[in-house]
Amino acid sequence: MQKTVEQIEQDLQRPTGRTQRAAERIEQDLLRPIFTTSGKYKVAVAVSGLLVLAGVAAFGYQLYTGIGVWGINSPVFWAFDITNFVFWIGISHAGTLISAILRLCNATWRRPVTRCAEAITVFSIVIGGLIPLCHIGRPWLGYWLIPYPNQRGIWPNFRSPLLWDFFAILTYLTGSTTFLYLPTIPDFAAIRDASTGFRKKICRILSLGWQGTPRQWQRLEIAMHIMAIAIVPVAVSVHTIVSWDFSMTLVPMWHSTIFGPYFVTGAIFSGIAALILAMALLRHFLHLEQYLTPLHFNNLGKLLLTMSLLWFYFTFCERLTTWYGNTPDEMAVFWQSIRLHFAPLFWTMVICNLIIPVPILSMKRFRTITGTAIASSTIIVGMWIERFLIIVPALDHKFLPFSWGVYRPTWVEDTLMASSFGMMALLYLLFSKAVPMISIWEMKVGLQPHGGGIITTAPAIAEPHGLVLEGPLPTDVPE
Amino acid sequence: MAHKWGLVVDLDRCTGCEACVVACHAENNVPTVGKDQAAIGRAMQWIRVERSWEGDFPNPKVRFQPVLCQQCDAAPCEAVCPTYASYHTEEGLNGQAYNRCIGTRFCANACPYTVRSFNFFNPSWQKPLNLQLNPDVSVRSVGIMEKCTFCVQRIKSAEIQAEAEKRDLKDGELTTACAQSCASKALVFGDLNDPNSEVSRLASSNRAAKLMGELGTKPNVTYLDRGAWQDAKNS
Repeated sequence: MQKTVEQIEQDLQRPTGRTQRAAERIEQDLLRPIFTTSGKYKVAVAVSGLLVLAGVAAFGYQLYTGIGVWGINSPVFWAFDITNFVFWIGISHAGTLISAILRLCNATWRRPVTRCAEAITVFSIVIGGLIPLCHIGRPWLGYWLIPYPNQRGIWPNFRSPLLWDFFAILTYLTGSTTFLYLPTIPDFAAIRDASTGFRKKICRILSLGWQGTPRQWQRLEIAMHIMAIAIVPVAVSVHTIVSWDFSMTLVPMWHSTIFGPYFVTGAIFSGIAALILAMALLRHFLHLEQYLTPLHFNNLGKLLLTMSLLWFYFTFCERLTTWYGNTPDEMAVFWQSIRLHFAPLFWTMVICNLIIPVPILSMKRFRTITGTAIASSTIIVGMWIERFLIIVPALDHKFLPFSWGVYRPTWVEDTLMASSFGMMALLYLLFSKAVPMISIWEMKVGLQPHGGGIITTAPAIAEPHGLVLEGPLPTDVPE
Repeated sequence: MAHKWGLVVDLDRCTGCEACVVACHAENNVPTVGKDQAAIGRAMQWIRVERSWEGDFPNPKVRFQPVLCQQCDAAPCEAVCPTYASYHTEEGLNGQAYNRCIGTRFCANACPYTVRSFNFFNPSWQKPLNLQLNPDVSVRSVGIMEKCTFCVQRIKSAEIQAEAEKRDLKDGELTTACAQSCASKALVFGDLNDPNSEVSRLASSNRAAKLMGELGTKPNVTYLDRGAWQDAKNS
């Protein structure tokens, strides 16, 4: 049962014994998944690990034989590879952006959500960043994108959107890793104090000598505030730059001014869907029912609904202006995607991104954990198709009808794609073993009474004082 | 004065014999990929002859159009290459530094004419074709983009020769393999900066048009077509 703020405030006016017990309970609940390993966990790690190995094998085969083992051809030089790249970079907008915005708005319900969102970001950028490396013809020369001083005096081409991509993604990866790491420091300290042996050693290093002094809390607060502000423009710019890979060319239906905001919208859309799915799984498997409550799914569901409508608005605007403009080059692509070869995919996308999610998410009765999870699953599928439909129909119906082509993926591309999902699962699973998936100290902050925003004293390692009250409490703490 | 190389394709003369395609393969070490690969769209051709039909059976009119790299002055392929493998040479050619290419294939996507060929596998030549590789042209390996260079090796060699003899290049002194092999003289290569060259004369013909010139890529290949001219005259 969800407690109201009034009830919690009443509770807190009593002697602090109960708050103390609640804090202990939080620590217990959230550290449990780290110290105990279930059979299901091992199976999940094995399955996702196998998928990753399959991807490594497929990539090895591709390196040995040549990129011709993919289905790409002339004129469809990009297909599954870049679809997956855009898809994963899109998913990465789940965490950092949402978490930063919620932090800046001081939305207190965010507390159990931020960590798992930020983790999605970091891992999907890693995956998204690896894909271009696998997709180039000579992956062993990928480092030529780095502007390093060399004897030949050659620099990369700063006019190329691919180079902007490189910098944007590197910046985003650095930023969001920092953003994930900063609020984890006190939790690493909590693990350090609760563990022994090797784990203790690692966490001692990772907690950077955290003692929970007021000075340290203050530094952390300031650093997180700066990062939260800095990461928002970075996140927006990243997907805008990804969209420029397409819109900076002359290719029909790529060369579009709407692509920047359209891509950012799609990214946040798929990102929230991924977050809801991850939360539903975590809730079930890590038994976090008291932390990730229907409230969170309800709130994120509303956000998802907004993004779904916004996505539809952008898609509609893009298609309508193309149709109205009626230039032959663009119309060739336009009809391919909505009426001819790609029509089944296009209408599946519309169903997945709009027709299924909107009714589910707009009715409170359906905006439950199951409801939002179902909507999120279809959105993930729909958004993947959306990326594919942006890339492939435009390429295979470029200007000259003589050079039109057909694309069919091969098993190598399928394996690499499955492997990218396996990698996400594996990284997420391993992360959940290293770090509490819900920030312990931030949950404890939720137990503290209102006391201004400034930290003055902090008695314990992971118990900051004086922040804002609210957020769900474990409900069955004994009186 | 610097040279500005250009090519004129006279569509009214082209017979569609594809001698230019064969000559280009031989001159530039362009690999043949085999039937199966060609069927899935991986044929490598620096120049290709496109066919189209006008009118219905029983009197269709067949038209041929050789398409090669247009050597654009405002080339969409050059700006997008992250490593400068595609670059603009001082003589206005769209250069391709094979050794610098990492195979992002962005240039091929950006090219409106789809004239870039990608090495999906390491190239191989059927015997005895492996014995006729041109020593002046490097052989490209897997993962590299390649395209028509206007036979830059011939241009360079002629320029060096002329410089050694301390004289200017004469019009017609050098030509590309495709133009050389064209039996009907549909292809003419030369210096557009020389107002008296044959290519300049033809390029200013009232039959002249650029392939998708409306895109603003400023091609240095000009197509001559009587049909377009007559249409314009009649309208």
